[in-house]
Amino acid sequence: MAEQNTGDRRPTVIADELHIVYRVNGAKTGKGSATAALSRIIKRGEPRGVRKVHAVRGVSFTAYRGEAIGLIGSNGSGKSTLLRAIAGLLPAEKGKVYTDGQPSLLGVNAALMSDLTGERNVILGGLAMGMSREQIKERYQRIVDFSGINDKGDFITLPMRTYSSGMAARLRFSIAAAKDHDVLMIDEALATGDRAFQKRSEERIRELRKEAGTVFLVSHNNKSIRDTCDRVLWLERGELRMDGPTEEVLKEYEKFTGK
Amino acid sequence: MTAAPSPDESLPAADLAAKYGLAVSGARPSLVEYVRQLWSRRHFILAFSQAKLTAQYSQAKLGQLWQVATPLLNAAVYYAIFGLILDASRGMSHDTYVPFLVTGVFVFTFTQSSLMSGVRAISGNLGLVRALHFPRASLPISFSLQQLQQLLFSMIVVFLVVIGFGNYPRLSWLLILPALVLQFLFNTGLAMIVARMGAKTPDLAQLMPFMLRTWMYASGVMFSINHMLAGRPDWIVRALQANPAAVYMDLMRYALIDGYGASNLPPHVWALALGWAVVVFCGGFVYFWKAEERYGRG
Repeated sequence: MAEQNTGDRRPTVIADELHIVYRVNGAKTGKGSATAALSRIIKRGEPRGVRKVHAVRGVSFTAYRGEAIGLIGSNGSGKSTLLRAIAGLLPAEKGKVYTDGQPSLLGVNAALMSDLTGERNVILGGLAMGMSREQIKERYQRIVDFSGINDKGDFITLPMRTYSSGMAARLRFSIAAAKDHDVLMIDEALATGDRAFQKRSEERIRELRKEAGTVFLVSHNNKSIRDTCDRVLWLERGELRMDGPTEEVLKEYEKFTGK
Repeated sequence: MTAAPSPDESLPAADLAAKYGLAVSGARPSLVEYVRQLWSRRHFILAFSQAKLTAQYSQAKLGQLWQVATPLLNAAVYYAIFGLILDASRGMSHDTYVPFLVTGVFVFTFTQSSLMSGVRAISGNLGLVRALHFPRASLPISFSLQQLQQLLFSMIVVFLVVIGFGNYPRLSWLLILPALVLQFLFNTGLAMIVARMGAKTPDLAQLMPFMLRTWMYASGVMFSINHMLAGRPDWIVRALQANPAAVYMDLMRYALIDGYGASNLPPHVWALALGWAVVVFCGGFVYFWKAEERYGRG
């Protein structure tokens, strides 16, 4: 009986009682003066000025191929942290994350440099995501067209610091979406850009879902979650509060936030 | 498709993962696999170092000219202080001393700036480390590579100065290449070591300039160890000359300057240069890899 189901229900991400703890340097409550810091070092060597933030507390779920999963919750509820842990970028304190292939976070912006031209950033971002030079050359034109950067003149050859924030965000999303991902995680990327670009982005996310497997989307915009996701995880204070079909969870969430 | 209970859900997570061949996310790869991953990212490493180098002066009016102008000004300052005011040229003619000083400054700066950028390679790029997947050793290697390219620009100045003081290109100039390769390996190894330490203890970036300055004065950048320590016990001179910074500087000077003969080199100098490079590079690489899965935490 299990075998009948496995054909279309292959798990791609399994989180098992996952706990994530951040360690923050120099954020210890109390006096921040140099002498206070010195006396702390002298008194006890170990936890000098280190504060722990328990960001995710025992989250378990299983995601399947072909699903688009929305992550909702108020600010600081651990959504982005959870995504990073799934991507293997933050080590788990306790519990484990199992994944099929390499999940990627749509976070190419970190590799881009505002002093370089858009053109060079496309190449740099592509390489940073692990694409080969040939792949980038082949997809370069599609990336530029998708971003719409050149719609108003030849902006791609200008340094990225001259772009408006919307333009930069569009280019970032275009670069990141150019790669085929097994598991793709998107963190609030759709909030930026004009309406036309948002439509194109949602279209691309649906495409990625068809090609690849699982898409995770963090958003505070309930409408874009409704448009793209079929399942929603609701995180609150690092705990999984609800996990179910989009409508059910969003209804409860909207009740909770008083909308 | 909803999260309706399926027969698989009665399985414990670990068994379910095993059944479908899922792997633990973010586990450290084996050393061989790590080298393979790193090799597949070689284009990124190179592109990242070049991008950093270009971005460095992109706001300046003179632009990339600063690549050459900065080392030239540096050399002029050191010459004014050590050549003219302090007269540290003991035991060397003026024509030997100026190229001696300039070569020393640039070769040491290569190691120095590799270390300085290495210590911040992880801690200064946490955004990148937390957003994208790549072997983390790409960062210190890429920064060392950036410094190597910077040094190649500086070499233009070195050649000008060396030729300007009457040392014309000869066959021994070819020795620059192996010397540079070995020094690059040494620097990269060291950068990986301090990158791991700096990732855990960012305070190291504050301490680094002091350690580097001490090292610089002990390595004979602006004076000849042989002449300055003449009359002191032999082992002190040998120990100072065997220190890697001194070894790579001396090799470069020996290759470029006519008046700086083999008598200035410590015995077995190439063996020392090779030994430092291999031991520090391999040691640094393994040391860095051992903490691979922990970079980016906290």
